[in-house]
Formats: sequence, structure tokens, C-alpha cells
Amino acid sequence: MTSTRNFIAPVTVLAAALLLSACERPPIDTEQVGYRGTAMVLVENPRAEQNEITVPEPQPAASSGGPKAGAVYQNVQVLGDLNIAEFTRTMLAITQWVAPDEGCNYCHNPADLADDSKYTKVVSRRMIQMTQHVNREWTDHHGGTGVTCYTCHAGNNVPENIWFKDPSADNMKAYTGNREGQNIAAPNVGYASLPADPFSRYLEGESLDNIAVNTVGWQPTGDTGTIQKAEGTYALMFHLSSALGVNCNFCHNSRAFAEWDQSRPQRVTAWHGLRMVAGLNNEFLNPLQPVYPDYRLGPTGDAPKANCGTCHQGANKPLGGVNMVADYPALQ
Amino acid sequence: MAVEYQNIFTRIQVNCGGEESVPFKGGVWTRQAGPYLNYWLGKFGDAQIGPIYLGWLGVFSLIFGILAFEIIGLNMWASVNWDPIEFIRQLPWLALEPPKPEYGLSIPPLNEGGWWLMAGFFLTVSILLWWLRMYRRARALGMGTHVAWAFAAAIWLYLVLGFIRPVFIGSWSEAVPFGIFPHLDWTAAFSIRYGNLFYNPFHMLSIAFLYGSTLLFAMHAATILATDRYGSHREIEQIVDRGTAAERGALFWRWTMGFNATYESIHRWAWWFAVLCPLTGGIGILLTGTVVDNWYVWGMEHGLVPPYPANDPPVVNPMP
Repeated sequence: MTSTRNFIAPVTVLAAALLLSACERPPIDTEQVGYRGTAMVLVENPRAEQNEITVPEPQPAASSGGPKAGAVYQNVQVLGDLNIAEFTRTMLAITQWVAPDEGCNYCHNPADLADDSKYTKVVSRRMIQMTQHVNREWTDHHGGTGVTCYTCHAGNNVPENIWFKDPSADNMKAYTGNREGQNIAAPNVGYASLPADPFSRYLEGESLDNIAVNTVGWQPTGDTGTIQKAEGTYALMFHLSSALGVNCNFCHNSRAFAEWDQSRPQRVTAWHGLRMVAGLNNEFLNPLQPVYPDYRLGPTGDAPKANCGTCHQGANKPLGGVNMVADYPALQ
Repeated sequence: MAVEYQNIFTRIQVNCGGEESVPFKGGVWTRQAGPYLNYWLGKFGDAQIGPIYLGWLGVFSLIFGILAFEIIGLNMWASVNWDPIEFIRQLPWLALEPPKPEYGLSIPPLNEGGWWLMAGFFLTVSILLWWLRMYRRARALGMGTHVAWAFAAAIWLYLVLGFIRPVFIGSWSEAVPFGIFPHLDWTAAFSIRYGNLFYNPFHMLSIAFLYGSTLLFAMHAATILATDRYGSHREIEQIVDRGTAAERGALFWRWTMGFNATYESIHRWAWWFAVLCPLTGGIGILLTGTVVDNWYVWGMEHGLVPPYPANDPPVVNPMP
């Protein structure tokens, strides 16, 4: 009998340790953000690795006056209205943000800076327009904080958090094994078995209005969302949650996800953000597909695209909410 | 007899060779396989395995059950390109999905829900045959049919989820996928789609009976074990001839909560709590999407919960 007991205790301890090995240890910080007793709390693991992206010092201010860049240089299509000093300053900043190791030649032909032969230069031009578009048109989302190239690039040629169409999501075979684009341990949706590619489902095209699945009244109207639609929305929300490093309660009262009067104002910000991302993919990123060399394209030959994580990178305010663009009139 | 009952393992085993037990009427099959004795099995239950009565119902139930199991399992394996390692690694995530909403109640192509429909049909046939088998074996032994009717309560919930409710709604797509995590994700999506199932009163009842069942089970088992030294394991005798074990157990509960079940009624409590869990749950599922499309809104309109103070300033739908 004693031998059995000697055996049971260590096995139990070992099993418990194995079971808990993937868990985050307590205590977890919580912050109450709603009416008492409604479990409206933000949770945060104080020991979780923070994605600390340091914001670079702004370039020294440029002198005002002087001729315009468009009058001096050839083929300046976007920033031609800047004076030479501000134009050069902006170019230096962009180099520091996007190609700190490669320098000017990452985009420019050193023999002829006006030459458009490098794809990176063509893409950069469009990206500057995209940055301006975000800063001017999407204040509903960023509240005036705005973005620069650095918000997404953070010193990388290609932003770390981008997405391509997932070819494995569509595994349609002749007779068996149709997964309906889900039922696989999918990193984009928190390793749930939910639809594995919520991005091509919602963040391009005109499909975003499909994320609402609840009826307004309680009686069935016959015109309702399906459970499959609810799973798709759920998958997209998994992405939002991990991209922003927040739990559901950051935007929603989880007792009634769909009800706006129960939600926090952050949900309105996110609503605009989702439409912004879909718009950027439709207007700016997807149309660049023919410009990219093959090695920049996804497995199905699609252009790299943005999702919430592209700017947010795990923080509910990208770059900790620092207004970088205030120092760069060219991007405003 | 100095037997220790305060132990997770059973401390006594009766070993007098296998027994065929009581004679029974009817049945063209003889009892097969066994009896064998297994010492380690005796640690948890009866040491005896068999004899098993399979019968025609058992044979056909197993055939249909294996068919369903194979259709589900092979589709799962096919979904990872027949890779055996991925099959094991991803197994909890894999599933056989019901047809898409476009197909309604029609018969879809094999790979777009046809396999699901077939697996569901075979599984249902298997379960219903097994139910008949439970009923008929109980009758053959001259028993009541309480086990079969308790099983029927579970079958009711299964049929509501996979057949009755989808037929009412008019789409197989409303049914549950066959898969470990996928059916859990389905459950969460189902609740979200229908405005939070926690506001469904029948869901509340079902949970009360579910947790109530575990509570009753623990209370009863603990009472019997705790009074075993006074003979409580002779439960049937103590129903009609209350001995000191029954008296002590009953008095314990009257002391601690003022009321007690009897040696007989505790089993009716337990049976009804267990049976009402899927019965009420099935009613709740059946009403969802057919009568009530948004349980939160329904609950708010019917005073189920107090409204909480609104946000200031109010958050409004930005949809133009």
C-alpha cells in the first residue's frame, strides 16, 4: 500500500505541473472600466513581454524658405510642394524609419535619383500618399495622433505584421476533408478552430458589414446572420484582441457584444479602424500588386496587406500614443 | 468487519470465480465473452468483465456507430492531407462541418456537408438502436426502464441540436460540427449569434439541474460512504427498514440543513435532476432562433435583469 501511495503523489504533482505549464501565473492586473458588478475589467499580465518600440528622435528642424523641391528635382510627384530643406529632412527621416541599414539606395538609383526603376521607390510614393490619407481622412480612428512610416515599419523594410491570403484555408478537395476554411490550429485567431483567415474575409473588398450577426429585436425576422457568420466575426475579433493586446471588455460589454449602448467608446474607434484598414487594402495596398517583385508577394501571388496589428503591433495605442507626425508637415 | 471506506479505491473485492448471474427470459443470443476477473478493474468497480449480451440491436448499433466514426475520422484525416502526424497533432481542432447555409435542408454534395449528413444519420441510427437495446435488456432482466428513459433525455438534446432545430429553422447549417474544439467554438458562436444564451431561462434551468446533479451526487455518495460502517451500503434494505445508518445520515442533514431526502427519494431526486438537465436544455435550444432570436433583448424587455446606468456620453452606433 505504501508503495502505491509513494507512486501516486509524484505522478499527481507531475500531471498538475504539465497541465498548468501553458498557463500564465497569477497575479494578473485588472482594471475596472464599467459599472460595478458587471465584470467590465481590463486584464493585463504585468509580466507579459511588451513590444517596446522606441520612437526615434525627430530630425532637426529644417530652415524655412528656399525653392520648392518640385521646381529643383525631377519627377517629384508627391512632396513637390515642400521646400528643399524640408524635403531632404523628410527623406532622411523615411530612410531612418524604413531602410536604416540600406540607406538612400534602397529606393533610389544613385546615378539618377529621379529614376523610378526600383519598385521600392514606386511603392514608397504610394505609401506616402497612404500616410497622408490616413492622417487627413481617418481622424475618427486615430483622433489626430496620426501615423508616420515608422508606425508600421519600425525600422524594417517590410512591416512585421502584414498578411497574405492563406492558401491552406481553402483546402477544397474532390471528395473528402473539406475544412470550410477553419478547424486547424490557426495563429491568426488565437489558435482557435475558428475560420483561419478572417483578413481576406473582412479586411478587403466590401464585406465588413457582414460582421454584424445579431438581430435588433428579439423576435426572429427571417433575415438573420448564420452561425457560420458569427464564427467569422468571432475570428476577426480574436485578431483585434491580440493585435491590440486587449481583452473583449476593452470595447464590448461581453454580456451583449452587439449592443452599442452597452459598449465602451473604444468600440466606435475600432469600428472606424476596421473600415480604415479595409479601405487601405482596397485603395492602396492591393493595387500595388503588379509593382512588387515575386518575392514580396504571398503564396497565392497577392500583395502584402495591412490588418490591425500592422500599426498597433500589440499595443492599444500604436507607439504608445506618441504623435510623431506633428514633426513632419510633409505627411500631415 | 473492519473495512476502510474512507479511501478513493474500493478496499474489498469479492472473488468467487465468474458468475452468470440471474436467469432471464427471451433473447436468441446467449451471453458471450466472459466472465473474466481483473484485479485492477476491481479497484474501481466490479472485478468481473462480461458476460456481454450483444444481440442484433447491439451488433447493428455498433455497425452504424463505427460507420459514423469512420466517416468523421477519415474526413478529419483527409483535411490534413492524410498526414498521420498532423492528424494526431491537430486532432482536437479537426472537424466534419455541416453544410453551408445556402444548402438549406437539401442534400448537399458529399464534400460540402454530404459526409456530415451521412455521419449524422448513421450516428442517430446507432444511438436509437442502442436506446432500444437498453430498453429491451432492462425488460429482459425484469427491471424498470429508468436507465433507458434517462438516456432518452440525452438523446432528446442531441436530436434538438442536430436534427429538430435545424429542421425548424430550415437549414442543416444550424447544426453542430463533429469535432472537439470546433463544437466548443460552435457553442460560443451560437450563444453570440443569439444574443447570449445566459439570458435564456431554459439554459438557466439546465445549468441549475447540471450543477444540482453534481451536488446531489456528491451529497448522496458522501452520506453513504460516511455511514457505511453502520451498514448504509445495504441501501435497499434501509429504504423499508431504516437502520442506524439511515437514521444517522438523515439526522445529519436535518441538523445541518433542516431537511433530508430519504433512502428512496434521494435516488428520485438524482434521477430527475439528471434527466431535467438535457430536457430543459433541449427546450432552451429549440426556442433559440425559432421563437427568440436575441436572448439579451428578450431578457431586457421582460425584466430579467436590471438595466445598468448608461455610458456618459452615450455610445451610439456609428453605422450611417
